[in-house]
Amino acid sequence: MNGAGLSSRIAETAARLLSEGRAEVVIGFEQGSIPMRATPCLITDPADAGRLIWNAFCSNNLARYLVPGRKSAIVAKGCDSRAIVELVKERRLKREDVVVIGVPCRGMADPSAIARRFPGICVSSVDETDGMLTLYGGPEPVSVPVSEVLHASCRLCAARNPVICDIPLGDPVVENDPGFPDVEAFAALPADERRARVEAEMSKCLRCYACRNACPLCTCESCFADSSQPQWVARGTHPEDVLAFHVMRAMHLAGRCVECGACVRACPTGVDLSIFNRRLAADVAELFGSRAGLDENAPQPLAAYSMDDSQDFILDPGRKPE
Amino acid sequence: MTDTDKNAAWEPRIVAFLCNWCSYAGADSAGVGRMQYPASVRVIRVPCAGRINPFFILSAFRRGADGVLVSGCHPGDCHYISGNLGARRKFALLGRLLGHLGLEEGRLHFTWVSASEGVRFAEVIETVTAKVRELGPARRSAGGGR
Repeated sequence: MNGAGLSSRIAETAARLLSEGRAEVVIGFEQGSIPMRATPCLITDPADAGRLIWNAFCSNNLARYLVPGRKSAIVAKGCDSRAIVELVKERRLKREDVVVIGVPCRGMADPSAIARRFPGICVSSVDETDGMLTLYGGPEPVSVPVSEVLHASCRLCAARNPVICDIPLGDPVVENDPGFPDVEAFAALPADERRARVEAEMSKCLRCYACRNACPLCTCESCFADSSQPQWVARGTHPEDVLAFHVMRAMHLAGRCVECGACVRACPTGVDLSIFNRRLAADVAELFGSRAGLDENAPQPLAAYSMDDSQDFILDPGRKPE
Repeated sequence: MTDTDKNAAWEPRIVAFLCNWCSYAGADSAGVGRMQYPASVRVIRVPCAGRINPFFILSAFRRGADGVLVSGCHPGDCHYISGNLGARRKFALLGRLLGHLGLEEGRLHFTWVSASEGVRFAEVIETVTAKVRELGPARRSAGGGR
């Protein structure tokens, strides 16, 4: 089904849920104010449901907008649904408060990737048919398959279909979990080079917290980064504070991060935080056999333990205890 | 003078987070037993390995530690039943993450020392000190720590 068909089915579903009182609010996307952008929108009046759309630019993780205690319906791709699974596990949300309108996803298009691909064109409008984008604004319209201009996180997606779903819309897509080639490639670099890469990424950070604010799993009521007593990290952009903030944020998300890439997309300076989060996701998968958001019933890996956990990192200076 | 000679004369600063119930008592028992180990270690006593926030480790490094050692009770011996098991998962990830980022490689060590293992405690300190000495002083980023 193409985007237009899905858009109208989403709008119909939203109107029905609102008028039947099954949801107080429907969280979805509407057309953004510039081309190649869809913006999250909250619909409370069935008459407004027509604003809802679905296309290849609906990249935000909408789970961010779920509020505890408010009956909500949410248009969820694979990554949104993974975040909902984690939020329910953490009792941030009640499952019965959320109506998941599940939409399979082939990956979302990255406007920056499009700009890199067609440097001369200032896109004024976009058409989308069967996974092909037609861009207007240059001397001639140009076409590109969505699959060639995906967000990095979408290329590495482990769950394109919603993990949990109350109202499925659209046909399921084939899953294609590529594993962690990005983590392996980075790990293969020499340590000095990795450190230099990390320092270069950190030097771009403004400490604006867009990453934190876009993250569906950054749900702490008060964030360590805002605490002044104790002051875990100083404000400002001293390299060590920036690094400490991102390492600690990554640790807080260990085993919880659903790898949606919302942090990377939200970053105004393009800091590649996936270096941190994807490594932790890979390690959690390897060490604890767990992947955030894919299994409703699995315990969170850092809220659990086993006597048999790997401890090959434990220093043992030759002598075993008797 | 070669780097190795320089490092031989240099005494690393190692911050050791020791759990109150096993490793701290293990250090005590090393002392009572008059065992020799390098004077490189600054001990911070914590209630349990599970008390150690990864941030403590980062803070130690940024405030000038050349190495950090975390030591708790052996699995199964935790005073709080499972504090060290939860900590083990957390530290496994933290160690790998810092290594991945090219940070503090070879400077962060985890171990278990029980209250009766004074000898093991002395060996651990010797081993960690030797490893950190080989790496030399930790590199601080411009501006230094707070």
